[in-house]
Amino acid sequence: MNARNSFDKELEKLHMDLIKMGSMAEEAIEQSVHAFSLRDNALAKEIMEGDHQIDDMEKQIEAGCLSLILRQQPVAGDLRKITCALKMITDLERIADNAADIAELSLMIRGEHIREMMRHIPPMAKNSVEMVHHSIDAFVRSDLLLAEQVISQDDTVDALFCKVKDELGEILRRDRDSSDDAIDFLMIAKYLERIADHAVNICEWVLFSETGIHKNKRIM
Amino acid sequence: MANKIIAKDLNLYYGAHHALKNISMDIKENCVTGLIGPSGCGKSTFLKTLNRMNDTVPGVKVEGTVLLDGEEVYQKAVDVTQLRKKVGMVFQNPNPFPMSIYDNVAYGLRIHGIKKRIVVDEIVEKSLRGAAIWDEVKDRLKKPALSLSGGQQQRLCIARTLAVQPDVILMDEPTSALDPISTMKIEELMSELKKDYTVVIVTHNMQQAARISDYTAFFLLGELVEYGETSQIFSMPQDKRTEDYITGRFG
Repeated sequence: MNARNSFDKELEKLHMDLIKMGSMAEEAIEQSVHAFSLRDNALAKEIMEGDHQIDDMEKQIEAGCLSLILRQQPVAGDLRKITCALKMITDLERIADNAADIAELSLMIRGEHIREMMRHIPPMAKNSVEMVHHSIDAFVRSDLLLAEQVISQDDTVDALFCKVKDELGEILRRDRDSSDDAIDFLMIAKYLERIADHAVNICEWVLFSETGIHKNKRIM
Repeated sequence: MANKIIAKDLNLYYGAHHALKNISMDIKENCVTGLIGPSGCGKSTFLKTLNRMNDTVPGVKVEGTVLLDGEEVYQKAVDVTQLRKKVGMVFQNPNPFPMSIYDNVAYGLRIHGIKKRIVVDEIVEKSLRGAAIWDEVKDRLKKPALSLSGGQQQRLCIARTLAVQPDVILMDEPTSALDPISTMKIEELMSELKKDYTVVIVTHNMQQAARISDYTAFFLLGELVEYGETSQIFSMPQDKRTEDYITGRFG
């Protein structure tokens, strides 16, 4: 007889909650990119207003994890899962925050002539969204290979971010009147770059959860 | 850390029952080694092979090697009394003798021929201090040991073990009959004791093993399934059976 039915049920609930929070964060970033690309102000406002739901979800999962630690004193795989959950929710919450930041900027952003020249922001957005999507998939399926791929993909986003900076530098040198708008675009690119970093963090915790190794180091 | 005890291909039979199966394990000096596993897995049997406490069990047969400081414990020439002086033992239930606190600690000394009052006094005090009970009993050394609380009795038994100056202290579930405060005192004591002694402890309390032992060995059905650093065993066990046991999936 399995003596730990209720603990297993609670771990299962934690897993489902993380999937739910993951898909909420994923949807927020997808939609914010959408709102920015299509200049959809209604959608941008919706994302900003919805951010608190992800904050609430983070608090709820955090409380659940602390309660499990308190009552079950988990070890081994259980402890790694709960640690992974506690760390992941911070990154998911930040992804959603950055998505709301992008949505807010997309409401006020002007400089359509700059947008034309920013060839590297769309592929950045595409890569970052894809990385978040795959990081959640890697978690759901405990897919270590996919987690590694997401971590490698970060280099692509970083390289694109450098190109965006170069493009904006060029614009600023040529057209000083556009500096305010250029900074807004830079902020958006920076948020996308940070979102990719959070996806990497999630994957590193997924790897830890399965292998006990975090960034090539045993941390417990 | 040097190996204090080396068990190699150790097998033990209680009649037809094969209770220990090919156990090979090095026990590090000045460390606490925890033995865990479900009831009947062989962990207490293994503990008792280290000072030949199983010798008295009818029908017991031991094969293989147990080396203490490189010397074979199961050699015919070994003086078992001397061995048990070197490898002391503390049991699950505190078992002080029905005599005074002082005499309990002095008992082993007298057995080993140390009778000079001033020497005995000194060792009794040192042992009681070593077992972290001196302050509680120093004013009533002549009182019966059985008047002490369970936790104090257990620390007295540890003092009694320390008095004969062992190298190794074996503990068989030493806190399972104690309340949390007494348990904590014994656990604190163990981390002090390991500075001077090698401690091997059998425990059913997983958290206790995680808290106090430097190395943990998991036994199952007479086999040593996994042995390693406690941090490794409790964070990333290599064998699924270890994981299942420590996370409470069986046992």
